[in-house]
Amino acid sequence: MNRFLLPLAAFLVVVGFLAVGLTLNPRELPSPLVGKPAPAFSLPQLHDQAKVFSPNEMAGKVWLLNFWASWCGGCKEEHPVLLHLAKSGEVPIYGVDYKDTRDEALTWLRQHGNPYPLTAVDEAGRVGINYGVYGVPETYVIDKAGVIRYKQIGPLREDTLKTKILPLVRELQNQ
Amino acid sequence: MRWFLLIILLVPCLAGAEEARPLTDNPLAEARLKHLAVELRCLVCQNQTLADSHAPLAEDLRREVREMIAKDMSDKDIIEFLVTRYGDFILYRPPLKATTTLLWVGPFVLLIAGVAALVLALRRRQKKLVDVSLSEEERNRVARLLSEGANRL
Amino acid sequence: MIPEIGHYALILALCVSVVLGTLPIYGAAVGNSMLMSVAKPAARGQFLLVLLAFCCLGYAFAAKDFSVLYVASTSNSQLPVQYRLAAIWGAHEGSLLLWVFILSIWMVAVSFLSTHLPEAMRARILGVMGLVSMGFLLFMLTVSNPFERLIPAAFDGRDLNPLLQDPGMVIHPPMLYMGYVGFSVAFAFAIAALLGGTLDATWARWSRPWTTVAWCFLTIGVAMGSGWAYYELGWGGWWFWDPVENASFMPWLAGTALIHSLAVTDKRGGFKAWSVLLAILAFSLSLLGTFLVRSGVLTSVHAFATDPKRGLFILVFLAVVIGGSLILYAWRAPRVGLGGGFSLISREGMLLTNNVLLVAALGAVLLGTLYPLFLDALDLGKISVGPPYFDTVFVPLMTPAIFLMGIGPLAQWKKATLPALAMRLRWAFAVSAATALTLPLLIGQWTPLVSLGLMLAIWIVTTSVVGLRERLAHADGSSLMGRLAAVPRSYWGMLLAHCGVAVFIVGVTMVKGFEVEQDLRMNVGETSTVGGYTFRFDGVREVQGPNYIAARGTFHVSQDGHEVTVMYPEKRRYTVQNQTMTEAAIAPGLMRDLYVSLGEPVDNGAWSVRLYHKPFIDWIWGGCLIMALGGVLAISDRRYRLAWRRKEADVPAATQMARQTVS
Repeated sequence: MNRFLLPLAAFLVVVGFLAVGLTLNPRELPSPLVGKPAPAFSLPQLHDQAKVFSPNEMAGKVWLLNFWASWCGGCKEEHPVLLHLAKSGEVPIYGVDYKDTRDEALTWLRQHGNPYPLTAVDEAGRVGINYGVYGVPETYVIDKAGVIRYKQIGPLREDTLKTKILPLVRELQNQ
Repeated sequence: MRWFLLIILLVPCLAGAEEARPLTDNPLAEARLKHLAVELRCLVCQNQTLADSHAPLAEDLRREVREMIAKDMSDKDIIEFLVTRYGDFILYRPPLKATTTLLWVGPFVLLIAGVAALVLALRRRQKKLVDVSLSEEERNRVARLLSEGANRL
Repeated sequence: MIPEIGHYALILALCVSVVLGTLPIYGAAVGNSMLMSVAKPAARGQFLLVLLAFCCLGYAFAAKDFSVLYVASTSNSQLPVQYRLAAIWGAHEGSLLLWVFILSIWMVAVSFLSTHLPEAMRARILGVMGLVSMGFLLFMLTVSNPFERLIPAAFDGRDLNPLLQDPGMVIHPPMLYMGYVGFSVAFAFAIAALLGGTLDATWARWSRPWTTVAWCFLTIGVAMGSGWAYYELGWGGWWFWDPVENASFMPWLAGTALIHSLAVTDKRGGFKAWSVLLAILAFSLSLLGTFLVRSGVLTSVHAFATDPKRGLFILVFLAVVIGGSLILYAWRAPRVGLGGGFSLISREGMLLTNNVLLVAALGAVLLGTLYPLFLDALDLGKISVGPPYFDTVFVPLMTPAIFLMGIGPLAQWKKATLPALAMRLRWAFAVSAATALTLPLLIGQWTPLVSLGLMLAIWIVTTSVVGLRERLAHADGSSLMGRLAAVPRSYWGMLLAHCGVAVFIVGVTMVKGFEVEQDLRMNVGETSTVGGYTFRFDGVREVQGPNYIAARGTFHVSQDGHEVTVMYPEKRRYTVQNQTMTEAAIAPGLMRDLYVSLGEPVDNGAWSVRLYHKPFIDWIWGGCLIMALGGVLAISDRRYRLAWRRKEADVPAATQMARQTVS
């Protein structure tokens, strides 16, 4: 091969990568926890502080775990989608109120509606760290064996729900 | 008398100022935290280290690391803790793996290849230059260039 | 009305650039001198039009015309006028206008200072620059129009990002752009030479001063960016290996390599193809930087607000310009002659070895910057490549380069012998090794990196002294002054630039090795001693700025009981965007900087405070300044001054000679 063509070849490779790069979001991080058991925790419930919630109560069920907060803008954006999903009854969504104050969280749920059968309170954000949360909202799909199967970063949209999450949930439910 | 002198000497100091305290109670642990945090990436920021960032998540992570330091965990264990949760993205020093081999050895391969190419190119030039005897015209030009060069110096 | 004038001026400039990019190049190809002569007036016309557009945008900012979308989104009525004007390049659209404006400045400069060039060459150079500006003008007019109207007009603007409200913003971007847009001249020279087939030593001689000037601007620009980050970000760091910093550093490395390879090409006529490739590379990396900053493919502290459409446009433009040049290169470069011979151990050989090292360093920066993107595109996971990687890779690559920097200038052209060189340099080596071993101990603490850094710095200086002494011994003239005057300015320039590197290395080494930092909780009246200086905290009071409210701390600094200075670090809240900024206080000095940065109020008037003692940090930027001065000195050399004055009469001879070489 002509050695004078080498720079051109190298350049074309770089341009190819840059073109692919344009379609990617550098800020979205895949979770290393997908395929691993959901970290255990035991947190007080938002509506009844005397009680606690722990993921092993959900053993044998497919469910969603949604981290949210009253201060988070993206949560407001995805909220109608969550409410709609909750109404359909296809899969239960449990909430974790992340780094929030109780009053504001309760007010927020009263105002916007409550899709969660139950919300746990992670005031210090420690459970969030164990789940690798780096920005709310984040949603995890957890299977019957308690393994994380999917992680949605950022607001949940109707189309990702339809094309990715619900098919996955149905498949997991049939296992 | 000696006591008196000592007191006189000491008083201005006392009246002057007290030494400020370090921000934390345990400067040693803080130094270790800093040492670790400059190599860790704040996940929510644009491109900042955990040490520099004021983002809430960065503060939480620093708190977490501080607690691990207090528990006397090794640097390796602390980094492992973070990587299992956030992946390699949190490390500013990418670990050497199959996928990062090119990153780590690339520059040195480039260097060796470059030096080799230079040596080969020079050898080939030398051969060609010896093989091809200069034409009359070229010899004139060399002379001209050389004299020009001499004038310039 | 004024913004519309600006908009039309840009449209007209686009039309002119189309003419400039086509007719002269075609004319040069067919030998039509009428078409070629279009180049000069077209380049000047385009400059005037872009200047008009630039002034219109400046006027819109000065007059607070918030019916212009760009003005409304990057300024505010409370913003002081100097920052309103600097806001012209405060975001994507306006900084593109700055790009084109500076490209036009370079074009005009070429049109005035190229009277000694053959007409075809000049036509091609200006034509190529016209083509580049055409791309950018098209970009602006299609997806990034700075004159877009906002109807109805905003009542007030959204303000300039407080990080950018700093004197650094007024001067740093123009300097930086002067540098990396300046490489477009070297690029245009290279493309013109490839197009015309007149690639020879004269080409190298013509390109050299342009390349050096651009390099000087870029050196200053990068240094200013680093200095700005140092005092504005409030973390006391001066280089973060952020993708955007790397985007300005890569063209610098390529430009540095180019300056050195042009020296070989100029002297020996050799490695022309390599020099041309570097010229293309330097400008390509400038374009790549423009893409990286604006496309959002990488996360960076400095990135502009991004938009995939814009990213796609620049990528296509990049592919056309660079891809086209590299195709031309692959087609024409094989026919380039070899030039004179020389051995590996010679000044040429060492210059080229240095080139290899610089390019390897450049490769490391490029690889580290783009690697996360590569892995992500191949779906192999996300990683971060940060300062620890670059520091680890950079030191082993630059150490031999700097070592060679000492030897190269002393080696004979064509062929040198190692034993003779070793003899001439034995004292320089002994002195630097001895100081490297002992000096760190005297300063405080011996570490391998400090020792290495000092050794390299002293090596550069001592070898420069040896070189200068030999030079003086051989120079004509009886008196020392006469002999000093006989040494050409380009030689002084080279020495100065190299010593700038030494100064820079001292700065980096000392700061890395001996910096002291303290995180404190300070009550009013409390003191703390850092690096021999005692800081007394005298409380914080509220200060009203033009568009911010600040908490200003007062620190009295004394050394051995004598007051040295008073420092006022601030914590500012900019009211429009409600953003908090840390404004560190710095007491600069030749031997050290004192750096105070206010954290948060803790309780009862106490604050968390960060104090630094940074030995020799100003040498980092001082070194860069000296490097740039060296460049300026080099281009003021006699042969260039003569070249400028040379009249058209000489040109045919030069062209003839140029033609002969390509065969």
